[in-house]
Amino acid sequence: MRRTFAVGILAALLGANVWAAKPDAVVSGYADLALAKYEDSLATARTLQQAVGELLAKPSAETLTAARTAWLAARVPYQQTEAFRFGNPIVDDWEGRVNAWPLDEGMIDYVDASYGTESDANAYYVVNVIANRKLSVGGKEVDAGEITPELLRDVLHEADGNEANVATGYHAIEFLLWGQDLNGTGPAPEGRSGTPQERHAGNRPYTDFDAAQCTGGNCERRAQFLKVVTDMLVQDLQEMVGHWKAEGEARAAVQEDPKAGLAAMLTGLGSLSYGELAGERIKLGLMLHDPEEEHDCFSDNTHNSHYYNQVGMMNVYLGAYKRVDGSEVKGESLSALVAERDPALDKEMRARLDDTFKAMQAMKTRAEQVETYDQMIGQGNAEGNAVVQAVSDALVAQTRSIERVIAALELGDIELEGSDSLDNPNAVFQ
Amino acid sequence: MARQYAGRRAAPAACAVAALLVAAAAQAAPSRADLSEADRKRVQAVTAPTRDFSRAEQFETMQGGAGTVAKLVNRDIFSHPAANLDFEGRQGFMVGNGLFRKDWVSSPSSTLASDGLGPLFNARSCQACHVKDGRGTVPGFDPEQLSDAVALLIRLSLPAGNDDARDQIAQAVARPDPVYGHQLQPFAVAGLPAEGQVRITYREIPVALGGGETATLMEPSYTIENLGYGPMHPETVLSPRLAPPMLGLGLLEAIHEDDILANAARGHEDGVSGRPNWFVDPVSGARVLGRFNWKAGQPTVERQSANAFSGDMGLSTPLFPNHYGDCTAAQTACADMPHGAQEHLGEHEVPGRLMDFVTTYSLNLALPQRRDVDDPRVLAGKKLFYESNCIACHVPKYVTRRDAARPEHRFQLIWPYTDLLLHDMGPGLADGQAEADANGREWRTPPLWGIGLTRTVNPNATWLHDGRARTLLEAILWHGGEAQAARDRVVDMTPAQRKDLIRFLESL
Repeated sequence: MRRTFAVGILAALLGANVWAAKPDAVVSGYADLALAKYEDSLATARTLQQAVGELLAKPSAETLTAARTAWLAARVPYQQTEAFRFGNPIVDDWEGRVNAWPLDEGMIDYVDASYGTESDANAYYVVNVIANRKLSVGGKEVDAGEITPELLRDVLHEADGNEANVATGYHAIEFLLWGQDLNGTGPAPEGRSGTPQERHAGNRPYTDFDAAQCTGGNCERRAQFLKVVTDMLVQDLQEMVGHWKAEGEARAAVQEDPKAGLAAMLTGLGSLSYGELAGERIKLGLMLHDPEEEHDCFSDNTHNSHYYNQVGMMNVYLGAYKRVDGSEVKGESLSALVAERDPALDKEMRARLDDTFKAMQAMKTRAEQVETYDQMIGQGNAEGNAVVQAVSDALVAQTRSIERVIAALELGDIELEGSDSLDNPNAVFQ
Repeated sequence: MARQYAGRRAAPAACAVAALLVAAAAQAAPSRADLSEADRKRVQAVTAPTRDFSRAEQFETMQGGAGTVAKLVNRDIFSHPAANLDFEGRQGFMVGNGLFRKDWVSSPSSTLASDGLGPLFNARSCQACHVKDGRGTVPGFDPEQLSDAVALLIRLSLPAGNDDARDQIAQAVARPDPVYGHQLQPFAVAGLPAEGQVRITYREIPVALGGGETATLMEPSYTIENLGYGPMHPETVLSPRLAPPMLGLGLLEAIHEDDILANAARGHEDGVSGRPNWFVDPVSGARVLGRFNWKAGQPTVERQSANAFSGDMGLSTPLFPNHYGDCTAAQTACADMPHGAQEHLGEHEVPGRLMDFVTTYSLNLALPQRRDVDDPRVLAGKKLFYESNCIACHVPKYVTRRDAARPEHRFQLIWPYTDLLLHDMGPGLADGQAEADANGREWRTPPLWGIGLTRTVNPNATWLHDGRARTLLEAILWHGGEAQAARDRVVDMTPAQRKDLIRFLESL
């Protein structure tokens, strides 16, 4: 009874707009941030597309390095957009096309003999589309003479319902630019220079794309694959930018009911912090000490992908995003809304976000100066394990504060709202 | 909130059909100790089968209770965590998801915590069979594709003699083939022969339907080729089993045992007489009620999952500690292979900590919301479903235990359409294989929730325990034994009525 009453008050407050920080302004600020971040993701993907074009036109060590650099830069805004997952069904529906992971690289291209030759659980395991113009899988013949968006999206992506059959998105491009990282959790091989990341990541030669002095075989098809999959990424990001524009569906979904919009914001932050990042992407790797459980495993860029997730979550809470060009997008913040209700809680929330940020920075610094993320999670590396564990612990603590924010804004019962109404078909028996 | 139910009472039956419905009604068993008297009244009122088909029932859209998700309908629709899981619960779910998708590797391997596969196995990962958390795929009906599927496993057993029937109940499992064990593993680690491959051939059976329609059923028969360890025992019975969907398993576990027993205790005048599958748990020694797998041969989701790790992947867990899975004493080369347990990680290939994540995941896959609950054709189909007495076994709804182990499963109104009991389904479906107290003609009523999205998730999926039914109508037409009368009513329907009935199933 008390709960229903309290929700009623919140609804009245939301309706009457008596707060200085208005929920409708907060959710439209959130949509503005989403638009800016997806626009930046699109712009950096276009730069990547151009760099890939130059690599394919003139394969060299320099053009390959430039394409890799462009990929790394494209990840910076994209990883910040992951804060929009888990609360927005339109984003969740689309996300698998652009960021699916982990992937069985043997479906795409040649792999090292140590990868094995067959996985009975995945008939596409070593299909190697780049080497084969005709694929025979499950008794069915598939014509792969032309590598087209349809082949990648409709035939190969999640083929047979196996989520490891990833044919599109950032990680497919990453595999084509870097190749397999065969260094596991061990030391980097002799003879490579640069940062730990540059020495330890996959090391595909540029000649894999050079028809004139081709290594790895089928260089033209590899080039074709890389071009198609990069073009598709640009198109997919274009689509998501559209969803957050003035008339876009994703924007409308959060704006038409600000209370539901606030719940979407916080559900996204809590789910990314605790389940996705602290859980599937970090805890599993720490438990298994398995380099395959590394998010950006070909480029050894996982420290950055985790770090920019946190940056993205902070700017959702604080209502401000620093764009790739250095300008800032600002809106009414969730932080201000919480501060009005409970200043101490807002302070706590910001402190927890900062704690995680510091733990992420320590991990990033270690990756830049000492060892890569997959080495950090290796068996017996107590110091490295502890650095990653600290990130996970901070994310969990941060989620506890997010839960308190949800309670303070009385959004927790949003799923159950209307339980008393006979007219609401979505009500649940309590 | 109790107010709105207080006035509702089951009215006296007004006609023969209604009488049938009352006979089939799920009643919250009076013995349920988890309910107060007021709760019991509400539960009985809300779980009584409806007699009003003019509109949808209250709460009907939320078929999995408060955990039901309102996500977009796409290939991922069976893969979401329950909506009422807290963030911590979601972490357990996500880590479990990672393990559910993980390909395990053979020993020895550099990834110490991910090895131990086999030596004999059916699949390397859970999701290989539970495609996108839904139903598995059987080898295609196209003869060219007959050899390539992992989701259909073949259980092996010797017929139980009369003299050892008691022994069989005590052991909870059927007597295995002396060489090949409890199931056929078509894969083995390098250096060890696989056990063999299954080949399926189908015979077409035409069925005449009311209104001049005809359906064609596909009757499968199975042979094993390339036997790796010599001949099987001549009396070994083959029972094919398709990987079922993973939806709402924690909610099924939270149905009160008394409610299931009340389903068994109701009158049998309609020819339907469900039996609980009681057996002695070999681990605890306690008498337990089976409710999971095609014959209700497992009492809990954890036991079912650990059993799959052991039998299907050859991985040891605290519940099934043998590292060699289904290797038998006759397969000596199998026992000579290395195993994957590491002292510093625990004594099992899948340590308890990892097993717990997989269990958390398996307990909490959300039901999607129902679609089109108030569409007139769906409601017409629902009426036919009820009036044909399908609900005698496919019992529509329950309210789960107030004292369920996990808070997200407590006191939820759920709509699984099952009684979780065994039924004689006639000779057409009989596999001749006993499992615990279930005999060779008995199958557990499978839940129907989510069935309408089967092909959204896996376009190649088919139905029934061995995937022989290519359509929902074919699945209905295979019903025999206790379900013969209900099946015959469907045969006698007009084509438009059958269409409505299927439309209802597709809305689940």
